[in-house]
Amino acid sequence: MNFTLKIWRQKNQKDEGRFETYEVKNISPDASFLEMLDILNNQLVLENCDPVAFDHDCREGICGSCGMMINGRAHGKGRKQATCDVRMRSFTDGETITVEPWRANPFPVIKDLIVDRSAFDRIMQAGGFISVRTGSAPDANSIPVCKDNAEEAMDAAACIGCGACVAACPNSSAMLFVAAKVSQLALLPQGQPERKERVQRMITQMDKEGFGNCSNNYACEAECPKGISVMHIARLNREFLTAKLT
Amino acid sequence: MKLDPKIPEGPIEKKWSSHRFNMKLVNPANRRKYSVIVIGTGLAGASAAASLAELGYKVISISYHESPRRAHSIAAQGGINAPKNYANDGDSVYRLFYDTLKGGDYRAREANVYRLAEVSGNIIDQCVAQGVPFGRDYAGYLDMRSFGGAQVSRTFYARGQTGQQLLLGAYSTLSRHIGAGTVKFFDRREMLELVVADGIARGVICRNLRTGAIESYVADAVVLATGGYGNTFYLSTMAKASNATAIWRAYKKGAFFANPCFTQIHPTCIPVSGDYQSKLTLMSESLRNDGRIWVPKKPGDLRIPSQIPEEERDYYLERLYPSFGNLVPRDVASRRAKEICDKGLGVGKTSMAVYLDFADAIKRNGKNWIEEKYGNLFDMYHEITAEDPYANPMRIYPAVHYTMGGLWVDYNLMSTIPGLFVIGEANFSDHGANRLGASALMQGLADGYFILPYTLSDYFGRTKFSSLATNHPEFVKANKRISEETEKLLAIKGKQPVNEIHKKLGKVMWDFAGMGRNEKGLKKALKLIPEIKKEFWSDAKVTGDSDNLNIELEKAGRIADFIELAELLAFDALHRKESCGGHFREEYQTPEGEALRDDKKFAYAAAWEYIGDGKNPKLNKEQLTFEYVKPAVRSYK
Repeated sequence: MNFTLKIWRQKNQKDEGRFETYEVKNISPDASFLEMLDILNNQLVLENCDPVAFDHDCREGICGSCGMMINGRAHGKGRKQATCDVRMRSFTDGETITVEPWRANPFPVIKDLIVDRSAFDRIMQAGGFISVRTGSAPDANSIPVCKDNAEEAMDAAACIGCGACVAACPNSSAMLFVAAKVSQLALLPQGQPERKERVQRMITQMDKEGFGNCSNNYACEAECPKGISVMHIARLNREFLTAKLT
Repeated sequence: MKLDPKIPEGPIEKKWSSHRFNMKLVNPANRRKYSVIVIGTGLAGASAAASLAELGYKVISISYHESPRRAHSIAAQGGINAPKNYANDGDSVYRLFYDTLKGGDYRAREANVYRLAEVSGNIIDQCVAQGVPFGRDYAGYLDMRSFGGAQVSRTFYARGQTGQQLLLGAYSTLSRHIGAGTVKFFDRREMLELVVADGIARGVICRNLRTGAIESYVADAVVLATGGYGNTFYLSTMAKASNATAIWRAYKKGAFFANPCFTQIHPTCIPVSGDYQSKLTLMSESLRNDGRIWVPKKPGDLRIPSQIPEEERDYYLERLYPSFGNLVPRDVASRRAKEICDKGLGVGKTSMAVYLDFADAIKRNGKNWIEEKYGNLFDMYHEITAEDPYANPMRIYPAVHYTMGGLWVDYNLMSTIPGLFVIGEANFSDHGANRLGASALMQGLADGYFILPYTLSDYFGRTKFSSLATNHPEFVKANKRISEETEKLLAIKGKQPVNEIHKKLGKVMWDFAGMGRNEKGLKKALKLIPEIKKEFWSDAKVTGDSDNLNIELEKAGRIADFIELAELLAFDALHRKESCGGHFREEYQTPEGEALRDDKKFAYAAAWEYIGDGKNPKLNKEQLTFEYVKPAVRSYK
């Protein structure tokens, strides 16, 4: 398959950035999107050009490193896919593909398609944990957890922290990301002691980082590679309100 | 140098507890005077950094990733072992110890393996308390599954994402400490040199991958938790950035490298489909609980699998190993798959695959049941191959997955350089010649949560440290060397992108030092690898500059180290004239094609010592003694 690529190139944070156009040829339909970019980068290196920088690592959709807007959609048009899961057979031969980094103020571009997502880490540092000391845990089976709750907690915990929810949201809201963690820990008995403090601290940090609010657009759920439901945002709101009121 | 594993005296069940009692302690008020650098934030690194901070030490955590949560532990799928015996099926610490030692084909240190089994139960407790959403039964208690090499159900899991959930648990604890300021985290830094001053490890030199700056970090001890070296083979199930630079640089500074030839080839991966391929994807071993492995009895049988009748199929693992069946250990399953395909019985376009079939399980328990258990794995398979594994069997083939070898450590997890500790996959300690499934997560967390916090305290308590800053001559020297090396890479200005050279190296390694090894092939590899090294340093093309983010430069440095490590790996494989676990020398096998160990000559860990470029490394032996589990022919029949 042959493709024309319009890729966002930006040398560093200060650079203004621009689209550059490239051609790639004879791409196997079984190749992944990132493998197609590898082939392009090989070409660029041979032409003495700077290869396109992008974050990636596990290439099996779990580490959350990769993430780009492909034809205007976070991780491309497929459902429940990270960028590394996208295969070239999902495009048509000869297609022009536009590739951009996540666009959100709290995620400044570092270079080309790489953005700085450390805001997510700071939200986690503010409260996305249970404060248990190493060595002080009781026997695992002394805390039974109702299976339904455990399953729902796992649904939320599947978040890979890629930032697609923020990139897809017209408000650059991180509420699905925050909700996933708050919801997971609120559903489990282990998460109860810090439940109220956790949600308030995480929301405060989220606001401080400059993420917007949820206006029920639901693009986050649609683009989430793990299909995390906006129901968790409803729980986040409830948790926040309850914590504030009591 | 005489290798002293420092195994404590006493019966095996008492060794760890009496050792802990005999250790030096550091008074809580004095702990803030000690500092430690932890490289890597996977299960081992994150759990160690958080636990050490909790004790009160000053912790510097360093990763080449943007965030600790990206470490490759996140990709582990199937589960984590612990002898809780919740299944009431006869499990015990001793049985896990026995299974692990036997699974490792009697090439691990008994005392370490026993301790691993002993502390593994606490890991499950710790992770549950952190909010890890393990799979549960309808009563709300923890559910278990079984894994290769065991006949009990001791594997705890969180769907097919156990590694992710355990890592996020450790990451959450680490984040708590970063937020509280008790751990300082440095992102996008690659360790390029270990600094040894007055004979002890005192710091590291890193390249800031964002700015290109060469930075010095000083502390009282250094912990490497930098994972394995599977990417030496280019194609593997490892993440793209996983590399051996940290352990390799430490090796060149005097840390011994043990058993580099013990590499694990995982039997159930999605087969290679083309030369554009950048990595291989694993299908969790847990699938072997319900999937049956087979090939058609007739070579070149091109019928679609469902049309091949039962009697024309060869369920070769069930036939050869009736008691373990599809759940034989990884090395055995991989080797048998290769053998079957080499005989021309393989399936699929390339004939380099076997079927993993779920038809019986779907018939027995329904599609929903399979979906709940393995849904994400089936989706992943579907996405990659565009085939529906619910309707047709999966096609699988072995791929490089894990490396049991690594830097040599004593019972305290300290390398041959005082003050340099090595934990998780980066060390060689617990898995012998073959790791059992669901044991990597166990070892990483055992080292980080429950072993290193004790042994590092003991080291601090016993050692006098002089105060030292980054202007110390050793730091200045190392800094200069790294800057020069970076410029040297950029100055090659050859014709080949570094990735292409890495592919060549990978092919040599897979062909001659992969699943089946022999003297002729290994000698050939040892001839070809230096040629690749020469090619790299004369013809590699590294574009860009050193003073900014440069992905080609990052790769180039890592590949240069892989090439050198590959040579050591082949050298070790050539010297070990026996077959054991993942190291299968074709000359040494039983008439039935099983690995033939030579306990008289090779019951030792081969710890290689670097004595200079272009010189053969020096072999140091740690003799392994087996007081409790007598080495026997490993039988899974």
